Amino acid sequence: MSHLRIPAISLLLISLLLGACVSTEAPAATTQAPAATAAATAEQVTVVKIGSPLPLTGSLAATGVASRDAELFAADIINGDYPDLNLPLAAGEGLPNLGGAKLEIVFGDHQMDPEKGASETERLITEEHIVAVVGAYASAVSATSSQVTERYGIPFVNGQSTSTALHTRGFKWYFRTTPHDGMFSEAIFKFLQDMRDTKGADITTVATIFENTQYGSGSSRSQNDLAAQYGFEVVANIPYPSGTADMTAEVQSLKAANPDVVLPSSYVADAILMVRTFEQLDFQPQAIVAQGVGFTEASFLETVGAQGDYILSREVFAADLAEKKPIIKTVSDMFQERYGHKMEGATARSFTAVLVLADAINRAGSTDPEAIRQALLATDIPGDQLIMPWPGVKFDPATGQNIAGSGIVVQAQEGQYHTVWPFDLATRDVVWPFPAWGDR
Amino acid sequence: MLDGTIIAQTLLSGVLIGFIYALVAVGLTLIYGVMDIVNFAHGEFLMLSMYVVFWLYALAGLDPMVSLPISVAVMFVVGVVTHKLVVRPVLRAPMSAQIFVTFGLMVFMRNGAQFLWSPNYRLIQTPLVAGRLELFGLFVGKPQLVAALGALITTGLVFWFLKRTETGRTLQAVAEDQDAAALMGINPDRTFMLAWGIGAACVGVAGALLANYYYIFPTVGNTFVLMAFVAVALGGFGSVPGALLAGVIIGVVEVLTGLFISPAFKNITAYVLYMVVVLVRPRGLLGEW
Repeated sequence: MSHLRIPAISLLLISLLLGACVSTEAPAATTQAPAATAAATAEQVTVVKIGSPLPLTGSLAATGVASRDAELFAADIINGDYPDLNLPLAAGEGLPNLGGAKLEIVFGDHQMDPEKGASETERLITEEHIVAVVGAYASAVSATSSQVTERYGIPFVNGQSTSTALHTRGFKWYFRTTPHDGMFSEAIFKFLQDMRDTKGADITTVATIFENTQYGSGSSRSQNDLAAQYGFEVVANIPYPSGTADMTAEVQSLKAANPDVVLPSSYVADAILMVRTFEQLDFQPQAIVAQGVGFTEASFLETVGAQGDYILSREVFAADLAEKKPIIKTVSDMFQERYGHKMEGATARSFTAVLVLADAINRAGSTDPEAIRQALLATDIPGDQLIMPWPGVKFDPATGQNIAGSGIVVQAQEGQYHTVWPFDLATRDVVWPFPAWGDR
Repeated sequence: MLDGTIIAQTLLSGVLIGFIYALVAVGLTLIYGVMDIVNFAHGEFLMLSMYVVFWLYALAGLDPMVSLPISVAVMFVVGVVTHKLVVRPVLRAPMSAQIFVTFGLMVFMRNGAQFLWSPNYRLIQTPLVAGRLELFGLFVGKPQLVAALGALITTGLVFWFLKRTETGRTLQAVAEDQDAAALMGINPDRTFMLAWGIGAACVGVAGALLANYYYIFPTVGNTFVLMAFVAVALGGFGSVPGALLAGVIIGVVEVLTGLFISPAFKNITAYVLYMVVVLVRPRGLLGEW
């Protein structure tokens, strides 16, 4: 070798660079004073800007891009005239109480990095002069982004993050439309209880397998509490790092614990690998009941195909709910036609968060953050004006959590998720237990 | 419970994934060994080869095993072109330029892939090599087995090529002393080109084999290349057998940590192992210098 290099230095560089490679240039926050006060005094606004930090590149980019499109679609509905849609602000153009001002969404790319989430949110506030924030998909990022909005006194309407740790921080500016994991997990356990008590399923043990950041570990914790409450024994809790190349060890540990029901909390890439590994190692529990997210994204079933059949998941949204709620079909079809994505859990909730926020801004009749916050506190949207299966949107003033949210349980059958619980909303009968991998 | 079968099954899976790490690492270590340049875009080469295989499957209906030679040929050309267009111009430039040129290539390729092919996950749904075998009560996925064997054979071929052929020896000569090799009539530029071609062709093999069972998306390279970097350093910079040994060690350590400690720690132990080796034996397990 002409010149030796110390391997340690090379590797240090490598890891630094690889770590940095997902983060391109982070716009430095300027020293400007918070823009909120400036925007608030504007008498005649023609455009109301809200910000949305999303994972537009990186491993969550598929979801981030679809969420962005759903938010843009919500803005379309607000800004255009859709008298036939029974949604907040659909009829008439723009925000009527602000002289028909148009809603504009400014996006930031946080690449699933909590630090970038904070810096992007700060950039949106100080440089783009947004009046409120929606986003940020991943719970870990919503946690840091909402710290920034709390500091600047800007309302944050969180549409998709479900970690239970988020609404219990005593924040004043944080609101969440989606039910949190505690509420969703409760749906899972109510479903398991129903299966045990009314359908005679022999369920005594459960195991959780979860990605080890905020979303997964929070989900697993609340599932452990609920299991005790509903009388199930937890035989294993298995954390894994998201984006792993191989999941054999995790699945082997599950196999060793031999639970009746497996409860995964995973993002989509890991969910794909997990299902393939289950099949490969012939792991055969009675049922797999996922905590939504990766398992219910459109790309999951598209990617795994028939392998995904009979997986159950808690869900906030299912296309077949349209049978009970026609507005869901109308909106889904429009979205599919214009943006080429399906309305599913993540997109429907992004869409809903924008409408809820816009409704509050309109009722506030102002771009003053405090007025918007007060309007959010007074939010009371009935269930029939939502594309969600919720009784409505109403925030708990102490935590900012939507207390009118609820979950459903869906099962993949013939490559699509169908509502199977609550039994009275079900469009298909649940297939239980899970048919053997070899017999399909 | 945690019986012998489960441990054996886990060990087997560790070895299988280890061969893949090794094959990715071999290409990396070859380029480094010959040229002293770290190819940060190596993971993106892997990603590109997986997309090549995917598109041949989606558009032309070719199975990954059929398109493997095409992938190898395409990647060989990509390697050579990378050398000619990207690396050669900075050969006399400062070290930092040499590092950042491949780093820039990585960013370019990753974002290019996302731009052209969207960030969605792709999977080859019905490859020829599918299903699993049961051997002595252990389950082995056929695609994983084929991938591991393919990786082992390719690594063996590269090793044989380096040690037993005339051209291979010229690569070693250039690796040892570029100027002396040039005096002996070896054209260093041609040798460099060859190293890049073969290095990239290795991930061409790896990409085709992985595409049988792994999902494909623009940053898929990261998942494998980080461990490959550790394998290169652990095995000894520039050493092909070292990369193979280290790849398998890393694969096994990862899964055993996952099983006995916690899957959350499986990457950590691989890095700790690497750090211990660097402290105790800085040239790596089989490093020659």
